[in-house]
Amino acid sequence: MAIFLLRRVGMMILTALCLTFIVFFLTNLYPNLEKLAKSEGNQRMTDAQVASWLDRNGHSQPLLVKYGQWLGVAPGFVHTAENGTVTGRCISTGTAPEDAPRFCGVLQGEWGMSTVAGEPVLDLTLRRLGLTAWLMLWVMVVMVPMALILGVLSGMREGSGMDRSLSTFSIASTATPEYVSGVIFIAFLASSKYGLSPLLADLGLIDGKTLFKGSAASAMNDITFENFTLPVITIALYGMGYIARMTRASMTEVMTAQYIRTARLKGQSFRAIVLKHALRNALIAPFTVIMLQFPWLLNGVVIVETLFNYKGFGWTVVLAASNNDINLLLGLSVVAVVVVLVTQLISDVGYVFLNPRIRVS
Amino acid sequence: MDPLTWTGTLGPFLNPIFLVACAALLVTALAQAVLSAFVTTGGSGNVLSVARTPADYAGVATKGAFYLFLATALAYLIGGIVVQGTPNKGIIGAISTQLLPVWIALAVTFALSITFKKKLGLWGKLMGSTIGAIGAGMVLFWIFTGLFAEIIATHQPLEIASGMKNKLPGTPLRGAEEGEFQWYLLGGDALTRDVFSRVVHGSTWVMVIAPLATMFAFMVGISLGVPAGFFGGVLDTILSFVANLILAFPVILLFYLLVTPEIVDTGLPIYMAAVLFLFPILFLTVLFNSKFHTQPAVNYTILAVVIGGGGWLYLSLLSTPGTIWNFLPRGVDLFNLQGNFLIVFVSVVFVNSPTVFRIVRGLVLDIKTRDYVAAAHTRGEGVWYTMLWEILPNARGPLIVDFCLRIGYTTILLGTLGFFGLGLESESPDWGSTINTGRKLIAVYIHPLVPPALALMSLVLGLNLLADGLREESLKD
Repeated sequence: MAIFLLRRVGMMILTALCLTFIVFFLTNLYPNLEKLAKSEGNQRMTDAQVASWLDRNGHSQPLLVKYGQWLGVAPGFVHTAENGTVTGRCISTGTAPEDAPRFCGVLQGEWGMSTVAGEPVLDLTLRRLGLTAWLMLWVMVVMVPMALILGVLSGMREGSGMDRSLSTFSIASTATPEYVSGVIFIAFLASSKYGLSPLLADLGLIDGKTLFKGSAASAMNDITFENFTLPVITIALYGMGYIARMTRASMTEVMTAQYIRTARLKGQSFRAIVLKHALRNALIAPFTVIMLQFPWLLNGVVIVETLFNYKGFGWTVVLAASNNDINLLLGLSVVAVVVVLVTQLISDVGYVFLNPRIRVS
Repeated sequence: MDPLTWTGTLGPFLNPIFLVACAALLVTALAQAVLSAFVTTGGSGNVLSVARTPADYAGVATKGAFYLFLATALAYLIGGIVVQGTPNKGIIGAISTQLLPVWIALAVTFALSITFKKKLGLWGKLMGSTIGAIGAGMVLFWIFTGLFAEIIATHQPLEIASGMKNKLPGTPLRGAEEGEFQWYLLGGDALTRDVFSRVVHGSTWVMVIAPLATMFAFMVGISLGVPAGFFGGVLDTILSFVANLILAFPVILLFYLLVTPEIVDTGLPIYMAAVLFLFPILFLTVLFNSKFHTQPAVNYTILAVVIGGGGWLYLSLLSTPGTIWNFLPRGVDLFNLQGNFLIVFVSVVFVNSPTVFRIVRGLVLDIKTRDYVAAAHTRGEGVWYTMLWEILPNARGPLIVDFCLRIGYTTILLGTLGFFGLGLESESPDWGSTINTGRKLIAVYIHPLVPPALALMSLVLGLNLLADGLREESLKD
């Protein structure tokens, strides 16, 4: 087990390094750097001025050296100007060059400054990640039980009317991407002109103009039923169908197993068979699926946060990418990659623990 | 001229029936679900006949309500075609009339498929399963709509008309000329264009890009996955690592990194295109060469066609005037892709191929242990023949199912790109971009937004149902 874990963690670190290097490479292509120079310096820089700006700030070093500096395994870039002033990557304004640390990269906790938000990337990323964690939490709370119930109910009697209607529902939910369902929800539940809200408002059943809010911006300070339901439901609905189908597949497989037939022949009631015998074994496969949903959810989060204007992680990804904020983009991809890889690891390890048939020697 | 009503002259008769059918369907379906969840079948004892439970009665009622619902829906569509004069047809009737070529094509296809069911293999069997047939119908509907878009659409996708900004469905076109369609059936969007025509024209885009991109992703995935699974070893390790690398990447971040103008300036997507588009030619060359290398005459003819034709397509795809990739003379260059079509296409292929790779590799790992592979080996067949003519055809079942699912996923992905404004140019009628432009006014006007959203949903749903039906039918043998 220890060797298995060690190998997986080693693989994970290698993957993380490769992925961050790819992002680093893509964000440090020359046109990106030129744009950075012009937005940091001034828009009317000549090519020569851009080149000298890049020289001064250490952007024209070889890619691997820059990557090493960003990571914190190579000494930080130092530039000595003609008049003797020393500037560098690790030398913040106000500290003497001698006192500055030699290494300052991601590993040392120096994630750089975000050009678009004007604050340290680490603080920004963590704050935004916290906001997204709330969203994810509620999505999980809604999605997982619903999906499991749906899957178990439709899988316990394969081919029954309930199975067919629930399966169709789960297929429909996987076929509706977030940007479609979100838009339809806003149109019919959060619009003061269309759908349900004007009807309910006329009847005096709701206080405000609309049943739900079409924007989750206020949820960043205070999560309420009104402002958080639609984003949560939108993400949950898309992911739910997939988990439900996996649960159904696993449930139908278990229900045809020999030991279920034995239990049936012993005269146990259907309820007892499902709850006592089938359920536990049927939930092993969905566990992996749920963990592997995280990368997917991350995708959904970007869409939903943009649609509902909830300034979390996904919203920041769009902000950073559309403003060419190199440091922020790198920071965000580190976080995203780590989240994805850690959930993959948990899913693998959890699978081994849950499934008695698998033994890692 | 008065604006059109939704149901025209049919409304007074059909609307009450339709409402009753909807309500009945909802109530009975709920009743059935609840009852069957709590009432277990009373099959106790040694009797073969089981008394009907309330759930069964609810089931019968649901079926009845569903047929009533279907019948009224059909009556709207057929009635809409039969009734003369657009104001009498109403919006639904008029749309149904515009879609007449699609209805005819669908009817012909289904009539032929059901008649020759026995001879059509998997497709014929699909007609036997309700879910599969419904899915196939939905997909065919959009294929035919895309095909006949020019006839169906009432206006051009970019045509603007004064005074039609955000006008509601059924608004008469102000100052319409003789011979022009007099209404905006589904209203006008923020730029005074006809929503109905844009959705119809958008279907052409979607039905071209999504299957094509999926096909390329499959070519790449198969070309790499089959050898990886077959040979194993270092090749497999490296390719799997790269595939997992791409899969671990948040898709949207990747898109943002690939599609931004700065990256496009470096030519990176074109390099990727140059590599990715090489795979189909490579695949076909190896495929035919491994089978026909014993008959040089046939082999050279086929290879000349594949390499010559494919190479020409490949070069004219890459060659674009005004860029560094301008190597074909004007007369020889077959086509030039508009805007960032190529970039979008490449990114979608790039993102999809690792998943295909993994599926193919898994299948090959399973199949290569079979006896017929060993038999081919004993016969002295070459490795490539074994891989492409023995193993690959036997992996087709799961691959066809995944192909259907993946077209749906690609459609969603293209929509996502459009949603972030990274897709085709912003005035393109494809559904994702239309949803993106429409959502800015979502609180005030929903009519430019709902039709493309429903269109996308129904297409993906149809593909999913089709895949489900295919899976079920292929498992039956």
